[in-house]
Amino acid sequence: MKSNTQLLAQVTEFIGYEADLLDHKGYQEWLTLWEEKGLYIVPTDLHETDYLGTLNLALDDAAMRRMRVARLENGESVSADSVGYTVRMMSRVRVLEATPELVTVRCAMTLNELRHGKLVTYPGNVEYQLVPAEDGFTIQQKVVKLLHAEGFLRTVSFIF
Amino acid sequence: MSELIAKTNIGQQAAGMVDTEHGRVRKELYSDPEIFEEEMDLVFNNNWIYIGHESEVPEAGSFKTAFVGRHPVIMSRDRKMNIHVLQNRCRHRGATVCEGRKGKTKAFTCPYHGWGYGLDGSLRALPKPEEYDGVFDKKDMPLESLRWESYQGMVFATFNKDIQPLEDFLGGAKKWIDLFMKQGGGYPLKVLGEHRFNFPGNWKIQLENTTDAYHFPIVHKSFVTSLDDATADIFDFLDGEGFVEDLGNGHSVMVMIPQLIDLEADLDQPIPERFNELAQALRDEGKTEDEVKKLVRAAHGTGFNLNLFPNVSCSMAFFRVLRPVSVDETEIQHVALGGEGAPAAFNQKRMRLHEHFQGPMGFGTPDDGEAWERVQKGSMAGTDGWILVNRGMTRLRTSEDGNPQGAVCSETGMRGAYYQYKKAMSTPSAVKSEEK
Ligand code: FES
Ligand SMILES: [Fe+2]
Repeated sequence: MKSNTQLLAQVTEFIGYEADLLDHKGYQEWLTLWEEKGLYIVPTDLHETDYLGTLNLALDDAAMRRMRVARLENGESVSADSVGYTVRMMSRVRVLEATPELVTVRCAMTLNELRHGKLVTYPGNVEYQLVPAEDGFTIQQKVVKLLHAEGFLRTVSFIF
Repeated sequence: MSELIAKTNIGQQAAGMVDTEHGRVRKELYSDPEIFEEEMDLVFNNNWIYIGHESEVPEAGSFKTAFVGRHPVIMSRDRKMNIHVLQNRCRHRGATVCEGRKGKTKAFTCPYHGWGYGLDGSLRALPKPEEYDGVFDKKDMPLESLRWESYQGMVFATFNKDIQPLEDFLGGAKKWIDLFMKQGGGYPLKVLGEHRFNFPGNWKIQLENTTDAYHFPIVHKSFVTSLDDATADIFDFLDGEGFVEDLGNGHSVMVMIPQLIDLEADLDQPIPERFNELAQALRDEGKTEDEVKKLVRAAHGTGFNLNLFPNVSCSMAFFRVLRPVSVDETEIQHVALGGEGAPAAFNQKRMRLHEHFQGPMGFGTPDDGEAWERVQKGSMAGTDGWILVNRGMTRLRTSEDGNPQGAVCSETGMRGAYYQYKKAMSTPSAVKSEEK
């Protein structure tokens, strides 16, 4: 296995930074991490790759991402207001493919949510397509493959 | 025998907790585990239960798994294209013979000792059959089947062999199912996918919700804010001409947007701006302007929720299916719909609209879930108390079909469902008596 430790460190740092923003509800800054044409996807079918042609839990373009953030921030959503905090661990980061234009990364995520005093856990794989930029990366695509995407989830009022 | 009497009493007690005169129900109906057990028999074993749409088993060999109450069942299509609804229980020692949401198979093979069943449930082969010589005949050991009937592709099954025909049970709801099916835009309606989620609360909280317009501007304020002004206006329906009509047998329709009752009417209206992209994509696919208008109008979905007792709703643009898991846990499916053979742009638009509001990550459902969870929690307060469903009960009129009809934000539909519930809970089980 040939490793590019510098790229791995950069990618890991970026994923940790994004995770920290989301756990601490830095949603406005999170929006700036994206390519304008980027897609945030949470599929219902873990074997599907034609995301536009299938039903997803979320498939957000830039406009939908802005609306999702607005909903979480504007104080009008009773569920968003009652979400406590989330704590997510991102690990097992692996660069699958890297060109100067695009880096494809896969990592593990465990997200914990405290919800009405009960702990809810969401394990999953996350796949990123990252565009190298001067000071880090921008996100071209983020696919969150929840382990129980095909089962019955609790409702979600945060961002994976 | 004494146990039987006690059981009957629980049904009667639950029925007694529905106060039809004042339009209210006892809060224990959400939280008493004994009542829940009795509901599983009197409501879910004895009535027509929705299990899926025919388009979910499109080909010979297709199957999907579902539940009738707490019973796991399989809906399959055999080689002659006949549909079967089978109990998912091996006749040998009880293992499920089919797992997964859906798929295609030639046979159902039990993982435990390898009994093999056909798509019609018949027992085809088993290892070392000679040990059953003189014990039983294979032909007497099929997967047990349920009675099923369908209307407009919607498949309902039941354990109650003496139940009235499905179409009689649907009665006044059939007209609305017909209207609902027009949203294929000229193509047969087809299931495109589904969202699944659960909430810690009783199933009747969900049953009530599909006919509750009153909550919409409050609970879904953040969704309405996320819409463009023209669409937000459409969802501002509490002061409009909408209504809730009790259709009998526990079914009701809540019309929120009267202009969208019949999707094949008013086709000469201009295309709303937010559908410009879809319209252009359809034109690019070579659709005529008439077809474009029809498809765009169908893409909205209808302007009503049709609530069918006890577990399914044709809700604007999708099917909402509920399944009781325990007295305080309910699973819900939001089934996305499109047109079989319809242009890809049309079906994709329908899925994007579905993702926007529905499912565990939509802009609507999480807020509903929060409210329902709070209902379950709050209903535990006090040793005594009522849930009110009496809104609008003195302001009813008679609809053109002769049904009780109230304001769009009245609780007319909930009362209809609870009347049927009361009837079901006070009717002796046809399923149990047959077992004896
Ligand atoms: S339990 Fe199915 S073959 Fe034995
Ligand atoms: Fe709602």
